[in-house]
Amino acid sequence: MCLAIPTQIIAIDEQQMATVALGGVERRISLVMTPEAQVGDYVLVHTGYAISVLDPEEAQASLETFAELAEIQAELGGPAIDEIY
Amino acid sequence: MKYIDEFRDPALARRLIAQIHATAARRANAQPIRLMEFCGGHTHAISRFGLRELLAPAVELRSGPGCPVCVTAADDLDRAIALADVPDVILTTFGDMVRVPGSRGQTLQAAAAHGADVRIVYSPLDALDIARQHPQQEVVFLGVGFETTAPGVAAALLQAEAEALPNFCLLSLHKLTPPAMRAILDVGEVALDGIIGPGHVSAITGSAAWDFLPREYAMPCAVAGFEPLDILSAIDALVQAVVAGEPAVINTYARGVRPEGNRVAQNMLAQVFEIGPANWRGFGAIPDSGLTLRENFAHRDAVRQFPVQLTPAPEPPGCRCGDVLRGVIVPTKCALFRRVCTPRNPVGPCMVSAEGACAAYFQYERECVNGLNGFF
Ligand code: SF4
Repeated sequence: MCLAIPTQIIAIDEQQMATVALGGVERRISLVMTPEAQVGDYVLVHTGYAISVLDPEEAQASLETFAELAEIQAELGGPAIDEIY
Repeated sequence: MKYIDEFRDPALARRLIAQIHATAARRANAQPIRLMEFCGGHTHAISRFGLRELLAPAVELRSGPGCPVCVTAADDLDRAIALADVPDVILTTFGDMVRVPGSRGQTLQAAAAHGADVRIVYSPLDALDIARQHPQQEVVFLGVGFETTAPGVAAALLQAEAEALPNFCLLSLHKLTPPAMRAILDVGEVALDGIIGPGHVSAITGSAAWDFLPREYAMPCAVAGFEPLDILSAIDALVQAVVAGEPAVINTYARGVRPEGNRVAQNMLAQVFEIGPANWRGFGAIPDSGLTLRENFAHRDAVRQFPVQLTPAPEPPGCRCGDVLRGVIVPTKCALFRRVCTPRNPVGPCMVSAEGACAAYFQYERECVNGLNGFF
């Protein structure tokens, strides 16, 4: 029910409605809750409304944390994960 | 960056799982770390990706009340079904709601088969369109959902006001999540070490909405997204907090959730709704946990516009949805699970909604032998 899908804004009209591609289909969604959203931004879409503009820097930071973790484990010889599972 | 595949990397998922096991092993007592995923979306993802099994025995995951369809009380459903039967009413709602049984096993779907005009919409905006197209009828939107969903409904109501659209009103069954979390902890039926916080609720409320958990309950909370790496990094953060004995709110979904949340959406909620008691399946009335329409929206309030007679509603006999929703039992402990109650013939709402814990266990947990369910 709280499902929200990340999707990229293709176009924005004067009524704060945006065109996005959801599941391969073009849909119009409302940007009333995210007036700062720009064409090209990714937003989380829930029941026809963008509820949050995704922050690429924060996303990158998370991915880098994961990558560091992988490196640390590799350096330590890492738990031999494939043997565990 | 597409914000999906990057967060499904199987090698990284396995690294995180290894780290979780390693950290949990440092805990002084060898007890499993017990976490509740509040949100039904997390329950679904955890089952789908087989995470429960991959994290056992270090971590035990218990589902919570975060499925809005599931926590809708039977008598609220009875009211919705009674409204659908009012002549010239078009009842609009989200898909899952039409199959949830009311107190006598009746559903909106069955009401529709008997001639009621019930329409499934993807967005409250679609319900507005229906109202514009049918000026002679009254369109009632059955609003269910938490903080994630309620702002869109508020926005639709404000738009109806702006257009002076006369034939659109709302049956608000919207609920707030922090009071339910409090109710679970206050009752203390289930022992927990940490909470996986709902990501999309928090996109609206802000991660700060959960600050009371470490402050008042010494309970760590990690706000999480919905991809496997999101959920695993939240669990990793929680396990570290538990082992270190340092409860805090940790936002592991910072790409979508800010500490303060979405102020525009919060303002829309405040404009349209006031906070009042709400009935939750499995809990009964929880004070200050529901959103009711403000007095100046009385003309858009289906409860005030269409008074209906209701008889008090018992739960379906044998169904243990209430215990499942409070995290007291896992679905497989219900005697009806799989034997009588299936997604085709659901006895209770936890088997209807894809995010209901019973449906998630039914669909995924049997096949899950080696975890990650072939996703990686
Ligand atoms: S398995 Fe069916 S009957 Fe049992 S608690 Fe779940 S929904 Fe209710």
